Amino acid sequence: MESAFSAADLSAIWLTFKLAAVVTVILLLVGTPIAWWLARTRSFWKGPVGAVVALPIVLPPTVIGFYLLVAMGPNGPLGQLTQALGVGLLPFTFAGLVVGSVFYSLPFVVQPLQNAFEAIPERALETAATLRASAWDAFFSVALPLARPGLLTASVLGFAHTVGEFGVVLMIGGNIPDRTRVVSVQIYDHVEAMEYAAAHWLSAGMVVFAFLVLLALYTLNPTGKRK
Amino acid sequence: MIHARFDLAYPGFALHAEVRLPARGIIALFGPSGSGKTTLLRCIAGLERTANGMLQVRDEVWQDGANFLPVHRRPLGYVFQEASLFPHLSVRQNLEYGLKRIPPEQRRVQLEQAVEWLGLDRLIERDSPAGLSGGERQRVAIARALLTSPRLLLMDEPLSALDTASKRDILPYLEILHGALDIPVIYVSHALDEVARLADQLVLMEQGRVIASGALGEVLGRLDLPTAHLDDAGAVIEAGVVVQDEAYHLTRLDFSGGSLWVSRVERAIGSVVRARVLARDVSIATAAPHGSSISNILEARIAEIRDEGADRVNLRLTIGESQVLLSRITRRSRDQLGLMPGMEVFAQVKSVALIA
Repeated sequence: MESAFSAADLSAIWLTFKLAAVVTVILLLVGTPIAWWLARTRSFWKGPVGAVVALPIVLPPTVIGFYLLVAMGPNGPLGQLTQALGVGLLPFTFAGLVVGSVFYSLPFVVQPLQNAFEAIPERALETAATLRASAWDAFFSVALPLARPGLLTASVLGFAHTVGEFGVVLMIGGNIPDRTRVVSVQIYDHVEAMEYAAAHWLSAGMVVFAFLVLLALYTLNPTGKRK
Repeated sequence: MIHARFDLAYPGFALHAEVRLPARGIIALFGPSGSGKTTLLRCIAGLERTANGMLQVRDEVWQDGANFLPVHRRPLGYVFQEASLFPHLSVRQNLEYGLKRIPPEQRRVQLEQAVEWLGLDRLIERDSPAGLSGGERQRVAIARALLTSPRLLLMDEPLSALDTASKRDILPYLEILHGALDIPVIYVSHALDEVARLADQLVLMEQGRVIASGALGEVLGRLDLPTAHLDDAGAVIEAGVVVQDEAYHLTRLDFSGGSLWVSRVERAIGSVVRARVLARDVSIATAAPHGSSISNILEARIAEIRDEGADRVNLRLTIGESQVLLSRITRRSRDQLGLMPGMEVFAQVKSVALIA
């Protein structure tokens, strides 16, 4: 029996996982401070910033993709910045996909983290301070460990959501084999070409993957058991 | 010397407090709920930040004008009302949390020592604080605070969240600390029996202000303070164990100016104990009573008389040179006996509670 996946399929799968992994790492680094700030601030800006972060949940991915394409284009602010830095233009590159996906998946990382941080009692941080922990120290030794379930949820959702995106990728990444052609786009190509069997293999793979990820999330996360 | 002055205003609450306290022994901040004692304690810790404050502990200024030493740089220990143990750490890791952050050469309390003081030898191997009882959690929290080798220990009603049994369980440990530690402890409480048992100094607070401050016996012996109106108002007597009467199972306690017979106390001759005599348990006779079943009758002089409600009066009595005793009798008795300040009377003590 021939392999269920063609070389192009395997390349798309590999690219998808690479993209999701890079994006998840960046999102955790970027999303954690944003979530921490949103969880603890009493600033006027909490509302507006929270709304901006949540925008990708309600906007069509094509809208985000369109504006990112414009921003990253030769005349856009991001495009001028990347050109000035000597990295050239981002559209239709893997780096462009990473930037787009970071914006697109940001709320799926920030919101679980923010919920987890909000659930940490102020008292825990005060206690840490009276035990000689500086704010940074207390963040890493108390806040992050206490937010572990939220951190896990954020990582899984960020990763899975990036794996599943289509609209943003198509808008700013196009469909370049080995560079920007991820699984969702590959499935679209198969269907366009009437290659239903190949589309089935990849689609079913996505379903199984999504199910396993969510199953792991719900099984591993000790929600409700924590006192 | 600890000198603290804080002004702080929240909607519906204002703190204007200034205290000068000796930097030794247990200092109780006592007052009703909402009197600002916890807020004052939090200001001292630096957990409450007010621009208008000053705090000096011995020769170190922790806050003054623009200078504000952050909480984590203040050499203090803080025990919260609820134990606030870190749920993600084992009991041992909780204890070591502060200890690890103190440079080894500055550690004056060792892990084994704190474990012994607070009786934690069986608890320290627990993987999580989740299964500990309220009293056990609080003991771990106290040990954890002590392990930072604090130069000032702050305790915010550490027993108030505990049931009576846990309180009884933990009080002896606090008394051990009182003896073992040479650091001042500021102890917030709204329970007079706890204060009488533990404190050396008493700071009385009401509506965000300090209304009195001084040695425990001195403040509790004053009739012009709210403490005199409490149902369990009374004097504190420090006395020495002098005689153990085996036949009647009694112990004689001597203090300057008199002595008291109490139910047998299992203490060595010569040890000092603290007893509390409630005002309502002291009655007055103008002549030495004969044929009374009350065995504790002290010669006293009336120093002050104040009305207490519509039907009663509080008396401040002095015994010998300096010991103060309070008595609460009816206004009618005062008039029938013609009691006046300066009179020599006999105080009949119906009951003495040994508290430490």
